[in-house]
Amino acid sequence: MLSLARRRRDGLRAATLYSRGRKQSPIGVRDAHFSSHDQIRLHHAACQAAATDGGRLTTVTSPAERAPAEVPTLVIQPSTGWAKLGLRELWRYRELLFFLTWRDVLIRYKQAVLGVAWAVLNPVLTMVVFTLVFNRLLGVQSSSPDLPYEVFLYAGLLPWQLFAGALGRSGTSLVGNAGLITKVYFPRLVIPTTGVLATLPDFLISCGVLAILMALYGVAPTWQIVFLPLFVLLALVTALGVSLWLSALNVLYRDVQYIIPFVVQLWMFLSPVFYPTTKIDTYPGWAQLIYNLNPMTVVIGGFRWALLGQQSPNQLLWVSAVMVLVVFVGGLYYFRRMERVFADVV
Amino acid sequence: MPDYAISISDLGKRYKIGAAAERATSLREAITRAAAAPVRRLRHAGSSTGHVSTMWALRDVSFDVEAGQVIGIIGRNGAGKSTLLKILSRITLPTTGRAEIHGRVGSLLEVGTGFHQELSGRENIYLNGAILGMSRSEIGRKFDAIVAFSEIGEFLDTPVKRYSSGMFVRLAFAVAAHLEPEILLVDEVLAVGDLSFQRKCLGQMEEIAGTGRTVFFVSHNMNAVRGLCTRCVQIDGGRLVADGPTEDVVRNYIVEQTTDSATRLDLARPIGKDDELLITGLHVLDPRGKAGGPFHSKEELTVEIDVRILRANEGFQVGFDLVSANGLAFRSWHTDGDPEGWPRLPVGESTLRCTIPAGVLNEGSYGVIPKADVYRSHWIVNGDDSVWFEVIKDHSESPFFWTRNPGPIAPVLEWTSLTGEPATKAALVDRPAVREAPAPPAG
Repeated sequence: MLSLARRRRDGLRAATLYSRGRKQSPIGVRDAHFSSHDQIRLHHAACQAAATDGGRLTTVTSPAERAPAEVPTLVIQPSTGWAKLGLRELWRYRELLFFLTWRDVLIRYKQAVLGVAWAVLNPVLTMVVFTLVFNRLLGVQSSSPDLPYEVFLYAGLLPWQLFAGALGRSGTSLVGNAGLITKVYFPRLVIPTTGVLATLPDFLISCGVLAILMALYGVAPTWQIVFLPLFVLLALVTALGVSLWLSALNVLYRDVQYIIPFVVQLWMFLSPVFYPTTKIDTYPGWAQLIYNLNPMTVVIGGFRWALLGQQSPNQLLWVSAVMVLVVFVGGLYYFRRMERVFADVV
Repeated sequence: MPDYAISISDLGKRYKIGAAAERATSLREAITRAAAAPVRRLRHAGSSTGHVSTMWALRDVSFDVEAGQVIGIIGRNGAGKSTLLKILSRITLPTTGRAEIHGRVGSLLEVGTGFHQELSGRENIYLNGAILGMSRSEIGRKFDAIVAFSEIGEFLDTPVKRYSSGMFVRLAFAVAAHLEPEILLVDEVLAVGDLSFQRKCLGQMEEIAGTGRTVFFVSHNMNAVRGLCTRCVQIDGGRLVADGPTEDVVRNYIVEQTTDSATRLDLARPIGKDDELLITGLHVLDPRGKAGGPFHSKEELTVEIDVRILRANEGFQVGFDLVSANGLAFRSWHTDGDPEGWPRLPVGESTLRCTIPAGVLNEGSYGVIPKADVYRSHWIVNGDDSVWFEVIKDHSESPFFWTRNPGPIAPVLEWTSLTGEPATKAALVDRPAVREAPAPPAG
């Protein structure tokens, strides 16, 4: 009897080692039952084996999962000064970017009764109304006599609506996704980028409408169409650059979301959406320079050049390009700097 | 590889309270303030932070978590648990200190983050998986398992907005439960769903814990913490106040809680119906008539209910539900026994007394919820208020009766052997000085 007790005690001690590093059984010490001496011996052996292993059950957990290789170390500490851009991390989260964009697109079409039809109706109706008001009523003409105003206008509306849609969506995106920001970590840049990318499907549909319109009016595209993606990119980067500022500001000051529609409207009048730039080209150099500070001037001009063979972009393109770069890179840094307080403030 | 998964040193997070109220919330304000700033700076020269009051949500917290450890974080609401979790999840940055995490982190601060009502279950699985950090191929691989776990079956392609709340939670948790990081940070997510699903989730978590993952578990559910965690950390007022084996920390925490809250309920405002019956007081007392606890399980407990009857009614029933932290332990009415022995309830004040025998209640915290009704007619008092108390288990003489038994009650029942000799004081009583529980017998 005594020896049994001692063995049992040893067994318990060894079992303690054996269980270290594991979840403690809530049932407790009373579970250690031994029906025969043999079983105790077996148990004992198992315990010793485990004990020599440092007490942790490396053999029980799958070794593959605990491979020491490629264990990332993450350091969390207060951040000071200007943050790094962290574009590499953004790249690692590209799948999330894809899924969130996909969600935005899906939701937009699911919630609307007319669904995808809006992507057609919106630019077409705008085109009809603008043509009636600006062309028929106010006598605004297209940039060349043999180009129907409808096609001219639509070629400008196309990039403009891409830009305005992206700005409207992306500028308020952080506040709209507050639920995500306060509950999950991911590079916050994903959010405004998603807002911009989600406008692309609408844009592509709208492009199809333009193709039909051009066919109807018998306007053939030019070879410069190969440059079109460049101008699309310029429009997207401009939208993202401005959105980075606006979305970050909107977290701090909700006024921004009321300002955005207003800004977009004014901006449209300052861009050659429904009028040609022919008259501006006769103005002095400094006036042209100021006008071209607006990257959308170049984008819209570029669209008309690439699609319809209208005026080719001049050296003022670089003014816009530099402007976009300043806004975009500045926006990136500003966003990254403000990012750290988003979750606390939003 | 370092032997710890998470290393936290002097971590602190300060929120500006005064500033939150004062912070410019509109652009106009920001502009006027910016214009006024130089003047203000001149006035408050030297005291740069003078008018901004701050609050440390977390202060000087340091501890390490070993790889493979399942650690519970407990504390009152607003103690700083969630702040700590948010810092480790990288949602917010600390103000001071540093934390190092070795391994891939998955954090679960909420189930169903990013779920969209308009999207179908299938679409939400992909979306939520991506948000939680799974890759597309990983989600694809686990898709069937997630669907099976969630039990949503044919509703997979139905928009989530048509789901019952239970289905929604099941689906959301199913995605989360299939996250396989090396380090899992979990907040209160088990507080949702029905009981059976909660149990399933706990089981899944246990499984995750059992595969050598590090789990950082923030919870109010002491039973879940007890069941899952080997080690427990208590945070109070943003500071770490206890760190040790789960049983010890949780017990101290509960005792602290119960002595803090009023265990003697002298109802300032009686509960019940003004024209029928009112419960005016509820007390849980030990044999010496002392309220408050913690109570010893080897002693009787007395529940006293003060009632005021405003109109006599033969159908009145007064009683209580005794609940443990995870459910009802039992209900008792003053009319449970022989009608001849029922306590009378005349118009006016009465006190009803009920005794819970010694050696029945298990260690743990219990609540008494007063009840009153008119038999087969209507409720008068039903779950409006409760009194909580703590029981320390010490009712058995068994040398093996040290750790908490499973189940809400732990009665000591009589055992005899029909074949063997009568029990003697066995040599087994020479018990080892270990307090940790062994693994179940090998083989």
